[in-house]
Amino acid sequence: MLTDQKRLSRKWQHLFLLIIVCCFTWLSIEMVQFDFYQSLLAIPTAGLWMVENLWITADTWREFPDIMLKLVETILMSVAATTIAAFISFFLGISGSTTTRRNGLMAGLSRGIASVARNIPVVAWALILLLSFGQNSLTGFLALFVGTVGFLTRAFMETIDEVGLKPFEALTATGATYFQVISKAVIPQALPQMLSWMLFMIETNIRSATLVGILTGTGIGYTFDLYYKTLNYEAVALVTLLIILTVIAIELTSNRIRKVIL
Amino acid sequence: MALLEIRGLNKSYQDHRVLTNIDFTVETGEFLSVIGPSGAGKSTLLRCINRLVEADSGEILFNGENILTLGRKSLRKERANIGMIFQHYNLVPRLTVIENVLHGRFGYKSTLQGMFGIFSEEEKERAFYLLEKLGIAEHAYKRCDQLSGGQQQRVGICRALIQDPKLILCDEPIASLDPHSSKVIMDYLKSITEEMGITCIVNLHQVEVAQSYSHRIIGLNKGHLVFNGPNRQLDTHHIGEVYGMDTRELITV
Repeated sequence: MLTDQKRLSRKWQHLFLLIIVCCFTWLSIEMVQFDFYQSLLAIPTAGLWMVENLWITADTWREFPDIMLKLVETILMSVAATTIAAFISFFLGISGSTTTRRNGLMAGLSRGIASVARNIPVVAWALILLLSFGQNSLTGFLALFVGTVGFLTRAFMETIDEVGLKPFEALTATGATYFQVISKAVIPQALPQMLSWMLFMIETNIRSATLVGILTGTGIGYTFDLYYKTLNYEAVALVTLLIILTVIAIELTSNRIRKVIL
Repeated sequence: MALLEIRGLNKSYQDHRVLTNIDFTVETGEFLSVIGPSGAGKSTLLRCINRLVEADSGEILFNGENILTLGRKSLRKERANIGMIFQHYNLVPRLTVIENVLHGRFGYKSTLQGMFGIFSEEEKERAFYLLEKLGIAEHAYKRCDQLSGGQQQRVGICRALIQDPKLILCDEPIASLDPHSSKVIMDYLKSITEEMGITCIVNLHQVEVAQSYSHRIIGLNKGHLVFNGPNRQLDTHHIGEVYGMDTRELITV
């Protein structure tokens, strides 16, 4: 039980914390000389510019087949990068999970790979790989792949720990071998959630692929960049619209798949 | 010769001693209960017997073989002889009842047979016979997560029985069940010992249940064995010793 005095002092603590956070916000704004009021005023002008320039006209639709081609290329690249990464992460996840790990060295290695891959942002990977692989679709693919391996390995390890411990223990007690336990207790229980994570990463990667494409000169990102630099704003608008529609479509599809498998 | 003989068993986690110098024997066909407060080491003791937990020192003689020194292959063979039932049933919830029961055969199968789920007609018939016996044959093709707690525990018992074990370890089999299901499960366990001659070691929280079902009771307190005797001998004085307090402070019904 909290005494009244303690409760009161806790209230003061919260107020004190709030004041500190406010001070930090003010201090950082001052340091970078960010003018909040001016930025607010800029919003209407920027909006007006968008309405005037990002207007899809009949002419723009001539670009449609080219854009679609690149868009499909981007989607396929994201799907390929994610599924191959999921395959690798599956093994890393099993050897790194506290429930299913067999030896400390492999577990440490898996966790190490996962954390290095995850803690460097996909954009940074794209730029690093750009230096060694040059401007081509392999670079984009690899950047997405590495980031996805990092994220999925972590997600898979947690999924296995969450669902696998009890059946793992029970099947081990019956005298089952390690691979029997993995294939009959861990996989049936963890697979739906793993697939769900994979679908989530496909969505995320289609979004990231646009950004990675701008940097590596591939896919829809490159198309976007090209129209942007040639001041063809109508086409930029069309590209943006199509990306949004694709992402929504993919999300709806994967939600439906999720409902079936879970 | 005793079926199970435990000599000078010790186990600690880091600096914390869980089991200290445990000695006892279990005869074939015995129904033995282990009682004691939470954290007394009951679960650890049970898990040391089939080496889900590795003991620090001592001997566990099962069928005359020291379990603690077995290699991987022979350990697997001995584990197949020891069934286990858990408080939370530990089934694979997304698989069907019959699949879960057949998991009990893995100890006798090659890795590939197990991975591809290849079972003989005889094994399948035996699985259905056991489900019939425990009154859940009608649920054979349902997923386990659709069953009630009592039904899931019966699936757990079937999975243990299909191993043809000599010994069944039960880790608080009724701690998550309502009073009626608890009675059903305890009656099944008792009949397993009486009809099939399979030895049972049961961890229990309920002293009354231990007294009415078991032949013999073992009391643990802070990792020490403080009582070992026939159920009739366990009086209020001993109960107080096991739980480290006066019986009036306990709900013993």
